[in-house]
Amino acid sequence: MENKLPFVDVLKGVPGYQRKSDLRSFEYSYKAEITNVYPLTASEKLYQIQITDPEMRKRFTFRPGQFVMLEVPGVGEAPFSISSSPIRHGDIELCIRNVGNLTNFLSRVERGVQVGITGPFGTSFPLEEMMGQNIFLIAGGLGIAPLRSPVLSVLENRSRYAKVDIIYGARQPSELLFTYQYDMWRKFDISLDIIVENPDKQWSGPVGRTTDILSEKLAAPAGSLSRNTYAIVCGPPVMFKFVCNMLTEAGIPMQKMFVSLERRMHCGRGKCCRCNVGSTYTCLKGPVFDYWSVMNLKEAI
Amino acid sequence: MIFRIIKKLELKELFDVMAENRIIGPVQKGTSHEGKPLYAFEPVLDFNDLKLDYTTTTRPAKRYFLPSHETLCTFSIHENGWDKSVDFNIREPHVFFGMHACDINALDKLDKVLLESNFPTPYYAAKRKNMFIIGVECNPQPFCFCRSMGTDSASHGFDMFLTDLGDRYFVEVQSAAAFNFLKNIKTREPEEKDHTRYMKVIAEKNRKFTTAVDTTDLAKILDMEFQSDVWKYWGDKCLSCGTCASVCPTCYCYGVEEAVDIDLKGAKKKKHLYSCNLIDFAEVAGGHNFRPESHSRLKYRYYHKHRGFMEEFEESLCVGCGRCSEACLAKITVPEVIASVRSGVKPKGRPGRHGK
Repeated sequence: MENKLPFVDVLKGVPGYQRKSDLRSFEYSYKAEITNVYPLTASEKLYQIQITDPEMRKRFTFRPGQFVMLEVPGVGEAPFSISSSPIRHGDIELCIRNVGNLTNFLSRVERGVQVGITGPFGTSFPLEEMMGQNIFLIAGGLGIAPLRSPVLSVLENRSRYAKVDIIYGARQPSELLFTYQYDMWRKFDISLDIIVENPDKQWSGPVGRTTDILSEKLAAPAGSLSRNTYAIVCGPPVMFKFVCNMLTEAGIPMQKMFVSLERRMHCGRGKCCRCNVGSTYTCLKGPVFDYWSVMNLKEAI
Repeated sequence: MIFRIIKKLELKELFDVMAENRIIGPVQKGTSHEGKPLYAFEPVLDFNDLKLDYTTTTRPAKRYFLPSHETLCTFSIHENGWDKSVDFNIREPHVFFGMHACDINALDKLDKVLLESNFPTPYYAAKRKNMFIIGVECNPQPFCFCRSMGTDSASHGFDMFLTDLGDRYFVEVQSAAAFNFLKNIKTREPEEKDHTRYMKVIAEKNRKFTTAVDTTDLAKILDMEFQSDVWKYWGDKCLSCGTCASVCPTCYCYGVEEAVDIDLKGAKKKKHLYSCNLIDFAEVAGGHNFRPESHSRLKYRYYHKHRGFMEEFEESLCVGCGRCSEACLAKITVPEVIASVRSGVKPKGRPGRHGK
């Protein structure tokens, strides 16, 4: 039998636990439990998901802007931006609209269901780099889901940032997400403007688009925008294109504006190619890109 | 590198020595309607079935490394939740007897993204590391343009490489396992006359290439010609069937689907290789499609092969094997597409894989 080749066990002798290079971590998922389901609107719910193992939960760290892959065995796996604060570690919140196979299934589950979580994956908003500066946080529609993590992070570290402006636009008042938190956010000395395109009878706030509020704000800038301001913009591509162009004209450098892109993903690990924009993997080089990089991506907007 | 010379007749001995392992190699599977033999990489039990002088196989060696369908994991579902078990779907080492340089280069390129990047994939790693590869010098065909892609010879990624010198083989020995196998048969050190003969054989091979692709500054040209009408011309021809990806030795993109077992006691997570030309490749939940037009998908395929991979790894993802051109139902060929994008001129007349 001396000419029988030995079987190579690729997992044998792999030292330590390095999530990005360890072969055994590829298909590894944290077992997690949906501990609470909070309906936000007719189609979106906030899922509180806790990694079951307390030690793993503590070790799970992420940065605002990163995403996880959420898996329900037999139903599917899909990427979701984390909507909670990073100080909560593996006790995360995901804001999910029921729109596809997996999300329609999730819209019917109750608390207590066991799911799988892998991640976190992707790039994040450079909140440390933004310290000491003014920040515009601008969201359109479901864009508030990836924006909520940096919002919460900024609020928790409020003294480290100068002026904070949140502008959030939706099509109609019934589609507004996290309405129960607006008053709390305002108490952190931030300016929060909410605008809708199609008001209903109860709506007393402004009517229009996020760019309407933004143009008012930019008309009376506090100091030199090119030096003292960062922007995070999340929303549909058509929205962040208009917003970022407006910010560029106001003098904010493109590399100080950040957007989060959404694409189809089947792996989250730079292997399935489904999320490629031009030839860039959204899951590895994104989902958070500065606007300069987005402008240089073919077919991004 | 260690070189040896073996007599032609000794090769059967080598095959028999290796036969303790499962051997995969090129065999003739049928005959085309033009009367040409059709080859495939299949398990080989008898040395006489092995066709080392094969032209090219219709499908690449990919299925032994990246199967078109693969179960990534299984779940057992019980009252309090579920448990996951992962299997890399390989039980024993294999010997691949007779792989051309283009296909070895294709594996080297796959290694870069599947093994050497962040998040290496164990499913590929386990199969790659358990495959002993014997390369064999090829016989260039009219559709081959590997020479333009720099993949007409292989410098690594195999264990042993054979070049037919007439009555003997010139053998490059690259691994200890290969050296050990060779101990079982008669070999000798190469002499000056073997070197001379080897150079002559390679020079003869190089003269047989008839198709070339100009890859100078290709990545930049693709960027500049992103809006070119030429893409629409090819997009109109493309049937979006994905055949090119299925016969491509380097296409690795995939989709994942999960299904609950019929007895509701378990579930499976399955991966199937995909194609960026298929209409729903970039469609997200809710129905928005980032590449709804055929030309945008075809263009993306060329971008990934010749620009994206270049940006990441300083080399193209195409090895110039010509399989996609041969298999394309719309007769779209890589050399023609690239030439038209370079020149900005749509081909006149009917495009065809063997001239107009």
